Order: sequence, then C-alpha cells, then structure tokens
Amino acid sequence: MISLTNGQKRPFATLSSNGEYAIEVQELRVHYGDFMAIKDVNFRIERQKITAIIGPSGCGKSTMLRAFNRMNELVPTAWTEGEVLFQGQNIYAEWVDPVQVRRHIGMVFQKPNPFPKSIYENVAWGARINGFQGDMDALVERSLRQAALWDEVKDKLYQSGLSLSGGQQQRLCIARAIAVEPEIVLMDEPASALDPIATLKIEELMRQLAQDYTIIVVTHNMQQAARVSDRTAFLMMDEDRAGYLVEYGLTKEIFTNPQDKRTEDYITGRFG
Amino acid sequence: MADQQVRTQGTASLPQGEGFQENFAARHRAGRVWYVVFQASTIIGIVVLTALLYNIVNGAFGLAAIQNEVNPETLAVEGVPLDKLDKQHLVDILQQNLSKGLLRRFESEQPFAERTREDVYDLVIERVVEPQVVHTWSLYDSLFRRSAVLAAAAEDYPDARIEFMSWIDPKFVTTPQSSDPEKAGVRTAILGSLWTIAITIVFAFPLGVGAAIYLEEYATDHWVNRIIQTNINNLAGVPSIIYGMLGLAIFVRALEPLSSGTLFGLTDPTTANGRTIFSAGLTLGLLILPLIIINGQEAIRAVPDSLRRASYGLGATKWQTVWHHVLPNALPGILTGTILAVSRAIGETAPLIVVGASTFITVDPSGPFSKFTTLPIQIYQWTARPQDEFRNIAAGAIIVLLALLLALNASAVLLRNRYSRRVRS
Repeated sequence: MISLTNGQKRPFATLSSNGEYAIEVQELRVHYGDFMAIKDVNFRIERQKITAIIGPSGCGKSTMLRAFNRMNELVPTAWTEGEVLFQGQNIYAEWVDPVQVRRHIGMVFQKPNPFPKSIYENVAWGARINGFQGDMDALVERSLRQAALWDEVKDKLYQSGLSLSGGQQQRLCIARAIAVEPEIVLMDEPASALDPIATLKIEELMRQLAQDYTIIVVTHNMQQAARVSDRTAFLMMDEDRAGYLVEYGLTKEIFTNPQDKRTEDYITGRFG
Repeated sequence: MADQQVRTQGTASLPQGEGFQENFAARHRAGRVWYVVFQASTIIGIVVLTALLYNIVNGAFGLAAIQNEVNPETLAVEGVPLDKLDKQHLVDILQQNLSKGLLRRFESEQPFAERTREDVYDLVIERVVEPQVVHTWSLYDSLFRRSAVLAAAAEDYPDARIEFMSWIDPKFVTTPQSSDPEKAGVRTAILGSLWTIAITIVFAFPLGVGAAIYLEEYATDHWVNRIIQTNINNLAGVPSIIYGMLGLAIFVRALEPLSSGTLFGLTDPTTANGRTIFSAGLTLGLLILPLIIINGQEAIRAVPDSLRRASYGLGATKWQTVWHHVLPNALPGILTGTILAVSRAIGETAPLIVVGASTFITVDPSGPFSKFTTLPIQIYQWTARPQDEFRNIAAGAIIVLLALLLALNASAVLLRNRYSRRVRS
C-alpha cells in the first residue's frame, strides 16, 4: 500500500474498503465558497479501466475530476466534504499531504500545457523533483514511447516542448504525467482543443495506457465516451446548479439501455 | 410571419443606404482625428527630448578663450623655451614664483628630487603659467557663428588663445572634483554613484522579489494582506524627499553605529556620523522597493496558471513550482521592472541631499562606510555655481550620467534577453 503521508506514521480510520477499486467516492460534496458545485456523489471506479464522466456544461464534471487529486485546493475558496478513497485511504484525511496524492494520481489538462523547457526536460522534471535516482534517459524514452510520441521527437529531444503541434504537445503532457508512474491518470477533456486526427491518436493512446493505468476522463464528446471508455458516469445539475450523479454503469449499458430517463434524453441529444 | 416581423424591426434601427454611408464616414473621421492627436503627442515628445539633448550637448562642447596668467615665453631661461627646459630649471621657476607654504606642501606630498621632469613641468603649467578659461561659447555659436565669436574674442580677450574645448574627455572622467572648473572631474561622483547603486540593488532586489513572491503565491486573501498591498501601491507614489527624511531618521540617526561602520571597527572620525554610502544605498533601496515589488507581482501574475497546475499535477510542492516554473518565467518581467527602478534610483538627488551626500569631496569612496557624492548631486551643485564654466562641466557630467545609465540598462537588458532565451529554448 502506498503511503500518502510523507512517511509520517499515523493511525487512520478503519475503512469498509479493502482498496480493490482505484477510487471510491463517498458522499462527496465540493463547494466554492457558498456555492455547492458537487452534491452527494457516491461511486466506485474500477482499476485499469477507462471511466468517462459525461454531462451538460457546468454540471461539475471537471470539479469532480479535480476532487480526485485535490487540485480543487488551488482555488482558494474551494472546500470539500465526504471521502475519496484511494487504495483504501481517504485522500482528504487530515494527515494526507496533497502533494503525495498528486504524485500518485496524475493529471492531463484540457489545453496542452507543456513547460517552456525542452521535450526531454518536460518528461524528466516530474521524476527529478520526486527524487528519481535511476537512468533518466531510459525513463524519458520509456515514457515517450508509452505516450506514442517517441518516434516523432527522438531526434529533437532538446528542442522546446512548445515547438510541437497541439496533438503532440498533449501527448507530451501525457508522457510527462506517466513519467512519475502514477496509479491513476485524470484527463480533463484531453482532446477538446485538438483536431479529429490528433483526437483519434489520443483515444488510441488512452486504450493502450489503460493496460497499465486507471484512466478517468471527462469529456463533452459523447461519441468519444462511447468509443474509449469501459464505464460511464452521467452527471447533471439540479435547480441550484449543484452537480449530482444520475447514472453510472458500463458504457455499453449507458449508451444502449440507459436506466434513467434523463440519461436517455441526454445521450439522444434532447438537451445539453 | 413572426420571423419576418423581427427582421424588419431589427433593420429599422440600424442605418441603411445613405444613413449607413454617413455613419460610416463619421466613424472614420473620428478615427483620423485621434490618429492625428496620437501622432502629435509622439512628435511633441520627440521634440522635447531633442531640445533637452541639444541643450546638454550645446553646453558640453564649444570654443573657449584661454588666457595665461604668466606668458610662458617670459619664463624661458637663456633662450631655451619653457617646454625644453630640464628639470632643475623648472624647479627653480617653481621656487621663484610660488609661496614657501605651497612649496612645502608639494615637497611633503612628494619630494622634488623624486619627481619626474614631466611631473614638475605639469606643476609649472598649472601653478605658474596658470591657463584660465576666461570665456566660453556654446557649441551652436562655435560652429555657426564662428567668425563673430572670433572677432568678439579678439576684441575682449586680445591675449587669450581660442581653443575648441570638449568639456567631457577622458581626463574629466578620471579626475576628482576640484574647485577649479578646468581641473574638476567626476571620478568621485561616478564611484559614489556606482557604490550607492550597488548597495541599492543588493538590498532592494532580493527583498522586493521575495515580497512579490510572497504576496502573489503565498499570501491569502485576508484583510491584513489587502492593507499591505494597498500600502505598497501607495508607497510607490510617495515623493522621494520623504524617503530622504526616512533614511535620515532611520539609517543616519537611529542606525548610526551600523551605517557609519563603527560596529565593524571603523573609527574614521570624518565618516562616523552615518552620512555614508551605506545609508544612501539603503535609502534609495527603500525608495525603489515598492516599484520592484509591484513590477515583480505583475510579472508573476503574468505566468499562466496552466503552468502552475501542470507542476502541481506532477506532485510538485509549492516551492518547487515557484522556483522551477514561476520564477524563471517571471524573471524577464522582474528584470525589466528592476531596470526601470534602478534607473530612477541612479538619477535621484533629493533624498541623497537629505541623507547627507557631500557636495564637495575630492576623496574617492573606499567602501560602503565612506562619505560620498553622486553624479546628480555633483551636477546640481555645479549648476548652482556662479561661474559660467561650471555650467559647461555640469553639461559634461550630465552626459556622463546618461552614459552610465545607458551602460547599466544595456547590461541589464542583455542579461534579461539571455535569460528569456534560455527559458524559451
């Protein structure tokens, strides 16, 4: 089991879970100041599968995704209730260091955001600051291969990451995220800023990465959710604009035989 | 039916045909008027700057009438002209023409027996022949009204020789201050300015950047922090003389043992009153601190949040994010702000007068605890003198100040460009 606590030994609460799921969400609520953005969400995310989170704009998909690695805390007014269990431990427990959480639960953002450094340095930096001691060249090559980018950049590793095309930049960001060997990779609409070809490449890449990593992806694009994900969670917002979970299940089921009328309306394009 | 109604209503309120042409022309007219206004303000600015430069250059060069107190030909010994005489004859001339006290002073500075012939010759020229500038003409007059100037000079100063003088030359930069404008230089002032600005930078840059990082990256939105922020913004607009008073009260008076160097075992009675380079540097540091903080905050705020998120997403701590991403990307902006602030500090006069810069000092500063003067103070003092020649050397000193400023700025810009390239590639 991975320690999230910077080596400090502390007793932690007895949990019902034995950590067989990648993430278990219990009674999650996220607030921005007085505004509740996520209301009472409960669900479990399977390991080494791709889970898609879909829903209309503003329903809190991205907020929920960021709740899984405590990125919401970068917003000063945000606060969270409930539990997010990662391998049996609540990442919101008092003694858990968010830095450790993010080291194990990586993130890829909507807009490609490589560092203004060389391609090599983009991949190596995360590992280096986390105290990586081994063969950096090998790690960089392995990560870039995993992100299906190695063949395109192997001759220009020392050029700026910003010199790449948008799709390549996004794959560089994926390589950067997996270079620190996280268990889970969160992807926040990773292809929404890309053209269809680049999108397709990212989707292929996600399928490959799912063999090693648990992937949770937020997407606006229902075809994308249907194409790549194993399971799908459908979120909606209530009259107070607080997001809540409507339906969660196998992607096949959600898209062919939704149990909830609202899910059906959404995926058939009647709203959203 | 309903759609059509909406469309006709919509088009009715927007000008069509002739109305559109009229509206269109009016918009372009307004644009042209503002274009002319903006262009005019730029031209006015350039004209004013040119006038300033003309004024300075006009004073720094020009014809001068130089009259010798003693005609060198009368000093010839046995038909040998002055510049061919050997050392012994030159010493004799000095002994005949100078007072005993002055001779003793020269003797005690360096015995005549040990001086070279050139050295003694220079003394004879300086002390016996005593060439003096009796009148100066501006560069404009010297170039374009040369014949009139020469005629006037021949009439008013028949014994004088007319020379084209550049008041700023290598000697001007390397000689110390003097009460005689022909001999006065700006070395003391340049060294004083460099020392002061070095202390200012060493004090204000780390402190200012540190405060900017704290306020942007660490401080929460709390009323105490908001008050601090407001105060910093207001401090940037406080008149510099107020900082002079502050520096006088704190650095010169309250911290005298520190600023006079007695804490470090310095006991020179001439500097032990705290009116030192150290006090001046810290005062100017306080003066530019708000500028550096505000510019630093701007630069840090301009670093895209996506970079911070990317860094945090990899499990970086706040410090790693700030050090590896925020600071390198903000550095060009921080340096730009620092360049501007230092340029302001190097031209400041008022606070230094209050802090106690010496207006007349001929000894080079030897360290942070020396008495000092700076270029702006030297210029100020020279322009206040009654003799015309001081105005000429003040113009020369202004050129030196501008050159120093440009040199400092150029090196900072080079540094910044090198750094921003490194960040980009």
